[in-house]
Amino acid sequence: MRVEFTVNGHAVAADDVWPGESLLFVLRERLGLPGSKNACEQGECGSCTVYLDDVTVCACLVAAGQAAGRRVRTVEGLAAQPARAGAGAAGADGGVGEAGGIGADGRAGGAAVAAGPGSALGARGDTAAGGAAGADTGQRDPDAERLSPVQRAFLEEGAVQCGFCTPGLLVQAHDLVARTVGAGGPVPGDAHIREALAGNLCRCTGYQAIVAAVRRAAEREHARLAGQERP
Amino acid sequence: MSTTSERPAARTGAIGAGPRRVEGPAKVAGTAAYAYEYRAADAAYLAPVQATIARGRVAAVDTAAAEAAEGVLAVLWHGNAPRLRTDAELPGLQQPGELHVLQSAEVHYRGQPVAAVVAETFEAAQHAAALVTLTYEQLPHDAEFSAGRTDLATPKEDHRQGDVKAAEGEVVVDQTYTTPMQHNNPMEPHSTMARWDGEAITLHESTQGAHMVRETVAELLGLEQGRVRVVAPYVGGGFGSKGPLHAPTVLAVLGARAVPHRSVKLAATRRQMFSLVGYRSPTVQRVRLRADAQGRLSGIDVTATVQSARLGDFIEEAAGPAKSMYAAPNRRMGHRAARLDVPVPTWMRAPGECPGMFGPEVAMDELAVACGLDPIEARVRNEPERDPATGKPFSTRNLIACLREGADRFGWADRPAEPGARREGEWLVGTGVAASFYPVVPPVGGSRALVRHAGDGRYVVSLAAADIGTGAWTALTQVAADVLGVPLEHVEVRLGDSALPLASLAGGSTGMMSWGSTVHAAATAFRRLHGDDPAPGAEAAADLPEVAHRDDYAMHAYGAQFAEVRVNTDTGEIRVPRLLGVFAAGRIVNARTARSQFVGGMTMGLSMALHEESVLDARFGHVVNADFAEYHIAANADVADIQAHWIDEHDPLVNPLGAKGIGEIGIVGTAAAVANAAYHATGVRVRRVPLRLDDFLDAVGA
Repeated sequence: MRVEFTVNGHAVAADDVWPGESLLFVLRERLGLPGSKNACEQGECGSCTVYLDDVTVCACLVAAGQAAGRRVRTVEGLAAQPARAGAGAAGADGGVGEAGGIGADGRAGGAAVAAGPGSALGARGDTAAGGAAGADTGQRDPDAERLSPVQRAFLEEGAVQCGFCTPGLLVQAHDLVARTVGAGGPVPGDAHIREALAGNLCRCTGYQAIVAAVRRAAEREHARLAGQERP
Repeated sequence: MSTTSERPAARTGAIGAGPRRVEGPAKVAGTAAYAYEYRAADAAYLAPVQATIARGRVAAVDTAAAEAAEGVLAVLWHGNAPRLRTDAELPGLQQPGELHVLQSAEVHYRGQPVAAVVAETFEAAQHAAALVTLTYEQLPHDAEFSAGRTDLATPKEDHRQGDVKAAEGEVVVDQTYTTPMQHNNPMEPHSTMARWDGEAITLHESTQGAHMVRETVAELLGLEQGRVRVVAPYVGGGFGSKGPLHAPTVLAVLGARAVPHRSVKLAATRRQMFSLVGYRSPTVQRVRLRADAQGRLSGIDVTATVQSARLGDFIEEAAGPAKSMYAAPNRRMGHRAARLDVPVPTWMRAPGECPGMFGPEVAMDELAVACGLDPIEARVRNEPERDPATGKPFSTRNLIACLREGADRFGWADRPAEPGARREGEWLVGTGVAASFYPVVPPVGGSRALVRHAGDGRYVVSLAAADIGTGAWTALTQVAADVLGVPLEHVEVRLGDSALPLASLAGGSTGMMSWGSTVHAAATAFRRLHGDDPAPGAEAAADLPEVAHRDDYAMHAYGAQFAEVRVNTDTGEIRVPRLLGVFAAGRIVNARTARSQFVGGMTMGLSMALHEESVLDARFGHVVNADFAEYHIAANADVADIQAHWIDEHDPLVNPLGAKGIGEIGIVGTAAAVANAAYHATGVRVRRVPLRLDDFLDAVGA
């Protein structure tokens, strides 16, 4: 079946969707939006948390057909200018050529060295081996200014380690901030934050930095809204 | 070099600062691509078929229905799967039996892959996998782990000093402590994307070592290493299980062979992670301490019984840490192994040390109680002058400093001596302490780093190291920037690709010791060769420097962990409102990522104390609680105040950086500290983790 909905503000369509296919699979495998992670495939870990309309859900538990005609927002859409569908996935064409030589990348035609993370270098092409390294992996730094307050706060508090639980936590935290200070309420306390994030498992960080990041984002948003109210 | 410090000159102060993760922006934006997420227009999907018996033979395989199913590209089983080299010389940590997937009809453990389907979609592959019909010749299996078995093997000779049976002293602690089977459960499942192009293969792999994967796959296939490329820049945790290869990677390699020029994707499901990618062995630890009335040990005797597999031997060396912890003239430490029809165990964060510090550190608490000593004092009294195991001097040993500083920070002095003395409403409150220990492990494999001047004072540093969430990316950037004397943002570190220079495995907490020392050496060589004004394109490389004194000293990291535990008198509920650790682990390169490693380790230790237990049903040979609904790991609300501190330890002997490694020591000792605190709260001594409500309910109930 064909399923049409919007993702991060863009109208998308997926064809030949099997009725039992999850929204998570459609996002990751058909639409090239792998930000939402698959870590338990049965709704226990929260790594695939996305907004369905205005409610956070585990995308692994939502049949793709249920998303028809609705709005989906993923971690890729939290930043001010949502990533376009497909922008997040990295290319993997070729890699090892027929001749057995390393680095004959089918698409980029240059040495396909694994991209650095946030490259500290402004112009990656200046330094990349063969002038193409990194270009095909799509891992360009998002402009930090575009990041949402929760994304920035996660970076500032060191709330990211391996990063696999991070997208789901960000969406859930984004929702918490929106429902509390975003709705005119106070900054949520730690117990409130921990409860709101109870469905998001993390194996690396020990959660403390995550709670601190959410608190920081909420405080910042609270201050911003308070500033707007002043004449 | 300046005589004020034997540390390398810190030109910019980048080492020791706490900059943010360099890969953080990509991770929070959702654009960091993990192994399964590289885009391939031609992706195909692999679904394993797993054995439903624990031992026997596959007598027949009927693939007709699966092959006829829509979207199916190939069905593999031992009759048609590509052959792997049986005489392959695999790197030492690999388990050949586990990796020889679909090579014979033999079934060695329940869940073993016995067939696989490659299909156009994930659903088609899963559906067709269910259509493969297997007929088995089942044989009786044995999956019953027990220290009372009469067929236990002695994997290596016991460590003996003096005569532990002749140890004298009026105080005896003789108890048995147990830790359960546990599963690593990194959040990212073990994932592979494999693609054959001619006689070369590219793997996007969730691994702790791209070169190790390359070497292993090349050996199994009989390919030159140059025909295997392994790409792994982002890895969603590993905790040891992504150190060695496991069956799913080989399945993907075989599956991809059937569909050349297509990228075959396989991510283990969470349920499959409980049978296919290793686990920590359960342990039964018989600990016998003998001491005089003042608590001075005369004998330490530890026997750890562990589980191994008939398919391949892996010994969780839980009796190991007792060799080096406390002074006593008479000592014996040994292992006994039950070799069963189960999957092969593997590394899990601090293998050996993590379970092996539970028994002895609870026993030390029992010794303190028996002698009427403060638990810290009991440890201080048994501080060795030299490493008890080898007689060598310590490069540095700051256990007592950790205990003292931790006691100050935690507020240990206010502690009542008697257990069960503090009650707050319906809660009994207690505190406990335990030591942490982790050796300075030699890196697995060599390392080489390349530093290249990209022009305009900007540098690219390359080596194939794996950042599995540890912060290596950031810390290596700091090391390079510091030695090169340039701002952090002028250094780009590239890692996670076998096309880059060789890097040792991310294991044994060796990252900074190995890759950090290598980057340090390469950056130093660069400046020596090219000066401060190098031409664009100038390069220098260096190999992992030798550690001059490795054989002359005992090199270990230490720590002390303190826990506050509250046990509810109505429900038996156990809460841990406070954990505090102080560590002495050499030089800390990045304060921010280091704290996250320590706190994360302690949280996993808390998880071990309160939750984690894989329950193996010996009747069938499988883990019954094989998902996050049943295998609990610490969630947000389990964690309250966890603090990690470190002392400024300067150890120039361990390596040029002075770093000892921090990824594992955080989990060592936590569970003992929690169990000791639970005893102090309630007077109930529990010698098994996880602690349970019913351990306390009868004793503390109203």
